[in-house]
Amino acid sequence: MVDHFHSKHSLVACHECDELQRLPAERERGRVRCLRCGCVLHHAGRDAIAAPLALGLAALVLFVLSNAFPLLDFGLHGRHDSTYLLAGIRELFNQDMPLLASVVLFTTIIAPLLHISLLIYLYLPLALGRRPPAFAKALRLVQTILPWSMLEIFLLGVLVAGVKLAEQATIVAGPAAWSLGLLVFVLSAAATQVHPQRLWERVA
Amino acid sequence: MSAASHSLAGNHLACHTCGLVSRHPEVLTARLSCPRCGVELHHRIPRSVSRSWAFLVAAMMLYIPANLLPIMHVTSLGKTRSDTILSGAEYLLVHGMWPLALIVFVASVLVPVVKILILAYLLISVQRRSPGRAMERLRLYRFTEFVGRWSMVDVFVVTVLVALVHLGNVAEIEAGLGAVFFAGVVVLTMFAAQTFDPRLIWDNVRAHAARHTTE
Ligand SMILES: [Zn+2]
Repeated sequence: MVDHFHSKHSLVACHECDELQRLPAERERGRVRCLRCGCVLHHAGRDAIAAPLALGLAALVLFVLSNAFPLLDFGLHGRHDSTYLLAGIRELFNQDMPLLASVVLFTTIIAPLLHISLLIYLYLPLALGRRPPAFAKALRLVQTILPWSMLEIFLLGVLVAGVKLAEQATIVAGPAAWSLGLLVFVLSAAATQVHPQRLWERVA
Repeated sequence: MSAASHSLAGNHLACHTCGLVSRHPEVLTARLSCPRCGVELHHRIPRSVSRSWAFLVAAMMLYIPANLLPIMHVTSLGKTRSDTILSGAEYLLVHGMWPLALIVFVASVLVPVVKILILAYLLISVQRRSPGRAMERLRLYRFTEFVGRWSMVDVFVVTVLVALVHLGNVAEIEAGLGAVFFAGVVVLTMFAAQTFDPRLIWDNVRAHAARHTTE
């Protein structure tokens, strides 16, 4: 039913305004922008495989650290205690707030972990010169999951909570707060490295 | 660097997932799928406007209890204080932490309202087939997509607080129902933005231009 277009790699439709346009043949560097609305149509340049893979592996290590170590250290009258990322979610479940706990669990644990796992799943075989199984599904899932991974916002939440309590108690950022900061940085770098359309051209 | 303009009329569908442009038959009866990645092809997101409205109206309704109900209850030395989103921001302001108060106020109070208003305006303008200010409307859409997630910050503040203070044994913090409604507002407005198809804005521009050339 559907025909391939003859020069399939050079004809693109803008995903925001649907304007059909031909990409210039010479597109070694920089970005190609939509003629009508100016959104980025194509990131020209070499296909980076090593960089997203390295970022994905680094993110996995940082994610484990962020969950294994305390996020904030709480000190009052000589007593100390510390909290972990998962402790807040468990506490919300205990307080009969399953809906709220699920939203937090999804946006701070499941979605980021899925994002990281998919990065490795996609780029490890590609680095070895193979096309990963269920490539289409995995790539689509990355695009869907991205807005729901909210670690950077969670980090801001940790900061606000820490400042709020700083009047009554001694609050010290734990190792997880630092690794979480790094993780946010690594994940946003990975997001700018992954260009689904260019990947498609590579494996097609 | 810019793309070369190309005048191709109709009959072309671009895949949402992989971007491949394919040619399809004149009459769209059968289900079409992308020859490269296999996903079902749609000219536009199906029922974009009505589904987006449904999410948006639900978000508007949740926004009221989200702001009126407390997002947390703090019990210390036998006294219980309840904080709404606004009183939480006010607390920060009174205690001299105005940059944080500003962040909380903008992210939690301003952003959801602005996002709901912008999406409503975009939906109405598309339904009225307005061809005007397309570029500005697209910029508004991109802005809401970018900024909407940040409203989740107060939900995360509550999450951190319930764990921390519980551990300290000096006070007890419980999450309030307002936080549930608030998370609902954020999730629903994100769905509303994702189901809105920005290409509908340009369809009206195109239709308007076509009407003028035939007249
Ligand atoms: Zn465009």
